[in-house]
Amino acid sequence: MRRVAMTETVDQIFVILKHWLVANLPVEVQPIFAAMLSVVSIIAVFASLFAVTTILERKGLGRFQNRYGPNRVGPYGLLQPLADGLKSLTKEDIVPRSADKVVHLLAPLILVVAAFLGYAVLPIGRNMVAVNLDAGVLYFFAASSIVELSIFMAGWSSRNKYSLLGAMRAIAQMISYEVPLILSAIAVIMAVGSLSTVTIVERQAGYTGIWPHWFVFTPWGFAGFVLFMIAGTAESNRSPFDLPEGESEIIAGYYIEYSGFKFALFFLGEYIGMFAISGLAITLFLGGWSAPFPFLSWIPSYLWFFAKLFALIAMFIWVRSTLPRLRMDQLMNFAWKFMLPMGLLNLVNVAVWRFLPSGLSRWLVCAVLVVVPYLLLGRGLVQSKKLEKRVYRFAD
Amino acid sequence: MLGEGIVKGLAETARNFFGSYVSKDRLTTVQFPEERLPQAEAARNFPFLVYDGDDWQEGLRCVACQICEKECPPKCIFIEKSNDKKPDYLGKPQFYPAVFNIDVSVCMSCQICVEVCPFDAIEMDTAFELSTDNRFDGLLWRKAQLAKSNEYFHIIHPVASAEVDERLTAAKVKAEAKAKTAADAKPATPTPPHAEIEAATTK
Repeated sequence: MRRVAMTETVDQIFVILKHWLVANLPVEVQPIFAAMLSVVSIIAVFASLFAVTTILERKGLGRFQNRYGPNRVGPYGLLQPLADGLKSLTKEDIVPRSADKVVHLLAPLILVVAAFLGYAVLPIGRNMVAVNLDAGVLYFFAASSIVELSIFMAGWSSRNKYSLLGAMRAIAQMISYEVPLILSAIAVIMAVGSLSTVTIVERQAGYTGIWPHWFVFTPWGFAGFVLFMIAGTAESNRSPFDLPEGESEIIAGYYIEYSGFKFALFFLGEYIGMFAISGLAITLFLGGWSAPFPFLSWIPSYLWFFAKLFALIAMFIWVRSTLPRLRMDQLMNFAWKFMLPMGLLNLVNVAVWRFLPSGLSRWLVCAVLVVVPYLLLGRGLVQSKKLEKRVYRFAD
Repeated sequence: MLGEGIVKGLAETARNFFGSYVSKDRLTTVQFPEERLPQAEAARNFPFLVYDGDDWQEGLRCVACQICEKECPPKCIFIEKSNDKKPDYLGKPQFYPAVFNIDVSVCMSCQICVEVCPFDAIEMDTAFELSTDNRFDGLLWRKAQLAKSNEYFHIIHPVASAEVDERLTAAKVKAEAKAKTAADAKPATPTPPHAEIEAATTK
């Protein structure tokens, strides 16, 4: 038996634990029990991450806005999620009399289930993926598209025209931003040649000297990462793309008629979707569970995944506190007129990267291929909005 | 360049975030009720009666002249004069209010009662945490509740109270000087009256 290094044991501790637990069971139930164990641990970990994120977000938003966040419940307000959870559990569940009851109940459930389905293909650590699918990325996008259906169900079943309006806008937004999201992911798939998330992460786990092979450090990868994060923000209806929620305008948009626990489920589903998209961004661009420098690889792989996840969550909170909400037409213009062309150019870019010989020229060409279209397109789109004197067709 | 404004905005909020841990003006929250902001000199809420010294009944400056009752626009002050008199800060016997009620639910904090009081007996308080659970009796304040010391007046309105004290002590000094010269003007031994009349009739 070879001597296993301590760091490797710590790195694989959950895998070892799972094998030990499953081995004590009869052979017939072993596969189902192994799967159940993965599922339960994913739900437990990411639901508690949701609770932590709510308090981090509120405290963080407070500090960004020159104020304390909640600091009355528990030390530094850290028990606030407990108070919020108790509140949402004990609130009265109001369903409008003329609402479609079955659909009204199903919408948040489908949202949460669809959001959790995406985690099945994310490699949380070395050898730690729930299901190693050959078409993992495709599965992820398929599962996360169900979210749009559940939003429409919520808006339609509430029998409220504002709720429906919010749902329509939400679906328009989400469908428009699916395109740049998937285009930027395709760039990575082209570079790696495989749809499997495990393969993608393993391809990024090497080092040249001390520099990691993460795709975000290449020109096309950086552009792809930015596009992916922007599209991901729009997919999870997060500020500045939270017009469908419209917290200050149409109160809550498509979940205006929901109260109590179902509202909490919507909230949960939105955040879980956000974590899933961030998890995929980490897998595709940020090297998954691999450490940034080889001398830091003694830190367990799952800790690196969660560190990167926290960094992306902090980025989400930072952007939320900074940017004003985008208007519907601004949002759609941005998706179709800017992000889609940039995504397509990114595909060309990654092809150029693949077929040029490695070296400085490759870097320069690909960097130019990112920067120049960005500047030209940006300037071109902004210029077309000249402010003119308003001319009325009938009023004059 | 596209995105420049976003980057500048992100930099500003990041400054806010990190600055809020180090400097006070990047975290302007005053956590009421543990911390309070000091109130301005001219802040006012509802009136109170000033008393000098330690005994609030003895030192109450109000002489029940009822000017504030007459001048009060919503007529929230109710005064009943006493039947006997007590000495004021100059030693002169004055009436005092047997009953002095202010209906705080009516008072509009216009400060007219303070402006017209000739004895600086009623001044504006700044206390605002006044909630009570009785809508009628709890908002009718009587003399005992309204009487607060001159030291308290100094704490809440340092400039105004200093000015009032200066005026009152000047008046007291002047009165004492006048009493002293009146006492000095009188001869050491009192002249018998018939000697004066004799002096006058012989003229």
